[in-house]
Amino acid sequence: MNIPYTVEERPDTGLTNGKLGIWLFLASEVMLFGALFSTYIILRTGAPEWPHGELNILLGAINTVILITSSVTMVMAWASLKLKDWAKHRLYLIATFVLAGVFLVNKYFEYKDHFDKGEGPWHSTFTAIYFTLTGLHGLHILGGMIVMLYLIGPGARLWKKNPDQFANRIEATGLYWHFVDLVWIFLFPVLYLL
Amino acid sequence: MHSDSAEVKKSIRTYMMIGLALLAFTGITVAANQFHFGVPVAVAVALIIATMKGSMVASVFMHLSHEKKWVYGALILTVLGFLILMTVPSFTNADSIGQPVPAIGGAPAGGHSGH
Amino acid sequence: MDKTGIHPGGEGVQAVAHGHDPHHEELGFWRKYVFSVDHKVIGIQYAFTGLLFLLFGFTLMMIMRWQLAYPGRPIPLIGLWLGQARAPMGIMLPEFYNQLGAMHGTIMVFMGVVPLAVGGFGNFVMPLQIGAPDMAFPKLNMMSYWVYFVGGVTMLASFFMRGGAAQSGWTSYPPLAVISDGQTMWLIGMIFLITSSLLGSINFIVTIVQLRAKGLSYMRLPFFVWAQFVTSFLLLLAFPPLEAAGVLQLMDRVAGTSFFMPSGLVVSGKVLTISGNGNPLLWQHLFWFLAHPEVYVLILPAMGIVAEIIANNTRKPLWGYKALVYSVTFLGFMSFIVWAHHMFMTGMGTTMSAFFQTTTMIISIPSVVILTALLLSLWGASIRFTTPMLFALAFLPMFGIGGLTGLPLGLAPSDIHLHDTYYVIGHFHYVVAPGTIFALFAGIYYWFPKATGRKMNELLGAIHFWGSFICINIVFMPMFIQGLAGMNRRMYDGGAQYAHNAGLPLKLNLVIGMAAWTLGLFQIPFIINFFTSIFWGKTVDRNPWEATTLEWSTPSPPGHGNFLTEPIVYRAPYEYSVPGAAKDFSPQFEPEKA
Repeated sequence: MNIPYTVEERPDTGLTNGKLGIWLFLASEVMLFGALFSTYIILRTGAPEWPHGELNILLGAINTVILITSSVTMVMAWASLKLKDWAKHRLYLIATFVLAGVFLVNKYFEYKDHFDKGEGPWHSTFTAIYFTLTGLHGLHILGGMIVMLYLIGPGARLWKKNPDQFANRIEATGLYWHFVDLVWIFLFPVLYLL
Repeated sequence: MHSDSAEVKKSIRTYMMIGLALLAFTGITVAANQFHFGVPVAVAVALIIATMKGSMVASVFMHLSHEKKWVYGALILTVLGFLILMTVPSFTNADSIGQPVPAIGGAPAGGHSGH
Repeated sequence: MDKTGIHPGGEGVQAVAHGHDPHHEELGFWRKYVFSVDHKVIGIQYAFTGLLFLLFGFTLMMIMRWQLAYPGRPIPLIGLWLGQARAPMGIMLPEFYNQLGAMHGTIMVFMGVVPLAVGGFGNFVMPLQIGAPDMAFPKLNMMSYWVYFVGGVTMLASFFMRGGAAQSGWTSYPPLAVISDGQTMWLIGMIFLITSSLLGSINFIVTIVQLRAKGLSYMRLPFFVWAQFVTSFLLLLAFPPLEAAGVLQLMDRVAGTSFFMPSGLVVSGKVLTISGNGNPLLWQHLFWFLAHPEVYVLILPAMGIVAEIIANNTRKPLWGYKALVYSVTFLGFMSFIVWAHHMFMTGMGTTMSAFFQTTTMIISIPSVVILTALLLSLWGASIRFTTPMLFALAFLPMFGIGGLTGLPLGLAPSDIHLHDTYYVIGHFHYVVAPGTIFALFAGIYYWFPKATGRKMNELLGAIHFWGSFICINIVFMPMFIQGLAGMNRRMYDGGAQYAHNAGLPLKLNLVIGMAAWTLGLFQIPFIINFFTSIFWGKTVDRNPWEATTLEWSTPSPPGHGNFLTEPIVYRAPYEYSVPGAAKDFSPQFEPEKA
């Protein structure tokens, strides 16, 4: 059965179903991370003291650079597709995937460092919210990587069958990925710098 | 939409420029951390820079600047909900009828008004 | 050939004529009935599962009521089977009473009412009413159901864990919830249930925006669709904070964090070795940020159902369609800024109390507008007292009582006396039980013919209605008396330990218990009616109620793809008794002249 407006846009809204769907999903994600930011505010304003310098600012900054770069490669992956440059598209998509992996590797070392010092989530409300915020963010990175892997692998076959639908999927993935980058843009100063 | 390849080519330059701007702002925000501002100023500076970076990602990379009404509408509702969630619990916590009873352990329990 | 211009025939689940899908292959049993992506099958799955959970949650309450009516007496029939951990010698332990209470609430709200009202009715009816072939994302729809199913099974399984099920109320306030048994499964179950709702809400919104038929503008949508639309936005934006909070509480329990745990807690004589500095009120904020919009999720679909049935059985357009639409939208917005009226007793100062009290009073206005519009729709009507109409009519005064009794709770000064008493239980049950659940029954009797091609029996329906209506009022009305006397909720002994409950308040527990068990008996005609009508009910054609909305233009039940030719909408949704028309209803899908 054919669901209308899966690939072509509905004239009065100017949207495809997937485009509206992914934005609504991102709206719910804003509220999800919002609850955690709200938690951060309440816990910090209620705490007698709040630690400073417990986090590795350099590593955090490097991760920020990595994620911003991955956002650029992601949007380039979509743009290359629009220009029908399949090779460039593959290059950029795989680059995004690799950068995401490096981010997670950095996070692994950061976490390991804290656990080795006995500073797990149980250690203080600061570490509790730090691990929860970055952990949930990290899970979202992982989720994005899984989707990208599918679109690099078996999912890429759709480009031959229905190029427009494939481009839409890449665009939706891009929107999700930029959102993940956006969350980090706020997470980094809030947790590492303030 | 961006189906026109000439438009896409122009956008690529913009993506690169915005990418560089984001990296620059990252440097600025780390550098700003070196100055020891008072808490409200530090928070304001950090959030302003982050909001600028976020807006660039949203409007350029996510194409939000040419998005459709329904998407804008849903996002405006979301931003309102987000702001409510950020502010109202804190206000409610701050507007307390008195000090909570001090805990046996010595440290006062969380949530007293004025920080 | 009928006037709809839609090709007749194609009755039955697999329509033979497929003008637009030449690659459609015959699906096996599992893909057709179990892992189906068809919104009608998924809607029926949600409805069945939801009804089963409603019955189970109701049973939990009937057991609780035994303890309240006959404190310390062995539970009949199942008492000894419950085992030593729950009811030694058949006598209920307080811990088990608390489990019954917490799970009754959780199951009714999250596994019963919402899945039936939104997952069941929304999924089955909404695409038909907007002229869509299915939901925008059919596979996501299927996933939403199975994630709900897993969440439901997790919740049920929690009864069999060591320590039993969650026992800190459906509200799960820390620190009690963090240190009590059964809570971990509850939190995991909630994460599944919330995820299911979130995915479903995205599907509903995209479907309504993108898949409306030609000619179906927003102001021609049936009010049922508007109600589902606003409900979906509430679910989309309000559920994520509770999902986050659930993760936080889970971490407090298993990872030793102190999000909600203040410093200096002493449990069973031992000081807790946690980092402390957590805030129990943080949980309350995050919980009620969802749970308040959640109550509108409970009532809005019900109002939508009642609106459809009233229009149909009065043979008149609904009074004030525009007022209804603006009210339900305004209600949706307001529902996000009233939540702390559940927290008046947490030490909140007068500024924030005044704020929440004001927003709460304001939000009662759209509810009153909607109720008034539905009431005014009866004026000068030619009422058909069919079973759906009986339930829909009863909804009006019942929701009225529920809404009015909410006012002293929404006003902070009177809430001081009434908070956490039986008054609260009476208030919200009036809205949800003879309110929403009656509307859901109405919807089942109304759309049963569309889903099965057969009508339910009217006599059994009347017995179900009158018995339920009388009993349910005897269950909940006395609770206002108990609450005003100061009887607290969630007390295992039914309040006997407090002198102020002696006399009438305590005696009423026996009356309520009797009424509750009789209410249970009156559901039997419904269950019998439901199943016998599937096989032996009177067969009907596509529009047995002579209704005007789009779902009545399809075969009963609709085939795969729903509409055999593209549906087109020509007029507003409730054009009944149009002056000069040949019949007393002018369906949306019928062109001006045949």
